[in-house]
Amino acid sequence: MDLNFTAEEQLFREEVRGFLRAKLPVAISRKVLGGKRLEKGDFVRWQQLLNERGWGAVAWPEAFGGTGWNAVQQHIFDEECADAGAPLQLPFGLKMVAPVIMAFGNPAQQQRFLPRIIDGSDWWCQGYSEPGAGSDLASLTMRAVREGDHYVVNGQKTWNTLGQYADWIFCLVRTSTEGRPQTGISFLLIDMKTPGITVRPIIMLDGEHEINEVWFEDVRVPVENLIGEENKGWTYAKFLLGHERTGIAGVGRSKRELKKLKDIARKETANGRPLIEDQRFRDRIAQVELELMALEITNLRVISAEGEKKRAPGPEASILKIKGSEIQQMLTELQMQALGHYALPYLENALDAGWQGDAGMPDYADYAASLAGHYFNFRKTTIYGGSNEIQKNIISQMILGL
Amino acid sequence: MDFNYTEEQLALQDTLRRFIAKDYGFEHRRALAKSADGFDRSAWKTFADFGILALPFPEDFGGISEHGGNAVDTMLVMEMLGRGLALEPYVSTVVLCGGLIRDAGSAAQKKALLPAIAGGELMLALAHFEPGARYELDHVATTATAAGSGWRLDGAKAVVLGGPSADKLIVSARAGKGLSLFLVDAKASGVTLRAYPTQDGARAADVKLAGVKVGADALLGTAGAALPVIERALDYANAALCAEAVGIMSALNEVTLEYLKTRKQFGVPIGKFQALQHRMADMVIATEQARSMATLAAVRVDSRDAAERSRSVAAAKAYVTQSARLVGQQAVQLHGGMGVVDELNVAHYFKRLTMIGLTFGDADYHLGKFSDALLVA
Ligand SMILES: Cc1cc2nc3c(=O)[nH]c(=O)nc-3n(C[C@H](O)[C@H](O)[C@H](O)COP(=O)(O)OP(=O)(O)OC[C@H]3O[C@@H](n4cnc5c(N)ncnc54)[C@H](O)[C@@H]3O)c2cc1C
Ligand SMILES: Cc1cc2nc3c(=O)[nH]c(=O)nc-3n(C[C@H](O)[C@H](O)[C@H](O)COP(=O)(O)OP(=O)(O)OC[C@H]3O[C@@H](n4cnc5c(N)ncnc54)[C@H](O)[C@@H]3O)c2cc1C
Repeated sequence: MDLNFTAEEQLFREEVRGFLRAKLPVAISRKVLGGKRLEKGDFVRWQQLLNERGWGAVAWPEAFGGTGWNAVQQHIFDEECADAGAPLQLPFGLKMVAPVIMAFGNPAQQQRFLPRIIDGSDWWCQGYSEPGAGSDLASLTMRAVREGDHYVVNGQKTWNTLGQYADWIFCLVRTSTEGRPQTGISFLLIDMKTPGITVRPIIMLDGEHEINEVWFEDVRVPVENLIGEENKGWTYAKFLLGHERTGIAGVGRSKRELKKLKDIARKETANGRPLIEDQRFRDRIAQVELELMALEITNLRVISAEGEKKRAPGPEASILKIKGSEIQQMLTELQMQALGHYALPYLENALDAGWQGDAGMPDYADYAASLAGHYFNFRKTTIYGGSNEIQKNIISQMILGL
Repeated sequence: MDFNYTEEQLALQDTLRRFIAKDYGFEHRRALAKSADGFDRSAWKTFADFGILALPFPEDFGGISEHGGNAVDTMLVMEMLGRGLALEPYVSTVVLCGGLIRDAGSAAQKKALLPAIAGGELMLALAHFEPGARYELDHVATTATAAGSGWRLDGAKAVVLGGPSADKLIVSARAGKGLSLFLVDAKASGVTLRAYPTQDGARAADVKLAGVKVGADALLGTAGAALPVIERALDYANAALCAEAVGIMSALNEVTLEYLKTRKQFGVPIGKFQALQHRMADMVIATEQARSMATLAAVRVDSRDAAERSRSVAAAKAYVTQSARLVGQQAVQLHGGMGVVDELNVAHYFKRLTMIGLTFGDADYHLGKFSDALLVA
């Protein structure tokens, strides 16, 4: 038992840092650290830069272009990228559909899709949820009917994160209504340029366009885009849901946000003193730091155990999801609270890169404008990815056998 | 970074687990708590045979390795002692007093005392905290005045854990400016003990020192320089208590889960009710997180950087205490009426968890300590 990083691990950290210093564009990291809105191009550019270094998909098997890094190395990589202000590598292609294609796709599909995921050519979005099928995903109804060498798809998906940029969507579709709902579902890859697809924005509570509805009207999808066997999609989906939990706890990002919270608490004042000297507020920072310290170690314990036994992540991932999302929410809430009255102004342009504040508001700190919006936005973290209530069902049923 | 235990550590854990299961059952423990000593002297001998009474000591003094076992070994032991709700004054004698002698003792003191502790022949207790001091470590009114070639001690000490069974006390006292530590025979003239059981079935005593004379060789460490030594020893003790709490929480979760699966109401096992399922999930999460923090404490308490050591232990003790409160209270709640009876182990686990949370600093004290360190960082 040793929680210290070995000399080798320290060297590795330096290597990652060196790369980030050299390659992460300042224009991008400034946006991330300042809480500004990222453009599609920012995500894609960063993916390309990582890929050029051979780090495009660190967790993939080496055969597909992964790094072969162990759990601790991946953790260090995550932490350093977050700390430096690198954009999140979006999970939909890299961490969601790719492992499914590797495990259940045929060689033609692997050759066609995987290289374009790792080099950032294709933007993927996830088409699982429907208006009538949220937590109870198996009740989904979007139909795919086989007609010759095509499926004809009709129905609606919703909540599709950043689907407005997507080249491809991976969908769960209903191919049979016989038997249990789970047995009639198939896993289909759909080109977003196919005629009959309409994307409509859903504006979130912070005023941002991050999610969408995607409508399908007689969309013809070649059968070669079916993953695995027809009506076996639920198995693949479950595999996906339990996969790649290295990042689910969001430890690296939360550590960065904790730092930011402390910075803000040092800059803001209360009674003429730095806010951090207010014991009541400082204790709240301390409390969330405790939670995060515990989560970091729990995360490492879970992913190390997985690495060693070479087994798929188990229901322990639910613990990481629950704690990780709660901590992210606490951090956004405290950051907002630190602003006092200055949390109130809603400044529409404040998330644009380069926004410097309004002339009439000289005291308005540059970090302030985004914080209330982030708090509102981050209520999503306990809802998506299997809500925290669903995670507790998983713990009590799968770990505890209740 | 490495999350594995060594073969030796796993073997030790296994030995203790079997001992607790076979020779330290709940009924045995209940009887012990009501006995005169309040613990099992034969178990203490067994602990000596297992080598755990020498765990933190260097090899020369009966320990298992050159520099003494690390705090991770202690963590494993404490976790098992927690599962068994062991009443023996392990923390007092081995972790606190053994640690103080190891860190501050002269060669002669170490040679005289550590092997005796290791062999199970000598028990000690730390008489440090005082009435009105709450958890502050440097609030000591007991005085040490030079008397002849030795010292004279006067004062009062509160809730000395393991006091009634101690052969010797380690007493903190103020001699001039700083704090000093003295080895005092528990039977020395001028020492009065008012012994009592604690809420969790262990034993403690309030101690009065009235003109207690000790020789020059009773001084442990340098006169006036004891505070950092005491701080370190209490960090070790708190790290050990964190591990004990984690052992208890795991055991308590096991019995509660079993109860949810077997107790039927409304025609079904009560574990079918989602309100209780989610509560149980919260308990499991709290325990896993607490285990992470106890591990952090065990690893960092060996750190040479005193600030880092104290900060990490404070973090762990605050967090583990909060988790223990949740797990303890909910385990009782989920047992319904059975949670509040003396005859089931549930209430006893709950009581011990609660007392751990009030020993050597509560959650607020440790959160405050950790929080104040943010001003320095
Ligand atoms: C910002 C955001 C982005 C998203 N991105 C995507 C995406 O890219 N692709 C995609 O497919 N989906 C996405 N989702 C959808 C997400 O997966 C669903 O919102 C989630 O599964 C919950 O479904 P729901 O919203 O229909 O809520 P419901 O399932 O209707 O749940 C409502 C409430 O009931 C609770 N509940 C439901 N069932 C149970 C139960 N059995 N026991 C106890 N409580 C229960 C829930 O926890 C919740 O609190 C996104 C959602 C959000 C908010
Ligand atoms: C100090 C004390 C004094 C008492 N005095 C009296 C008295 O004078 N006379 C008398 O008749 N009785 C008395 N009682 C009994 C008391 O009413 C019962 O303890 C109480 O009804 C709970 O029943 P139980 O203990 O069998 O717990 P259980 O019913 O077995 O409950 C165990 C756990 O399951 C939960 N649970 C049970 N059903 C559900 C459900 N459907 N949904 C969600 N959760 C559920 C409970 O809340 C509890 O947490 C006393 C109890 C105590 C502790």
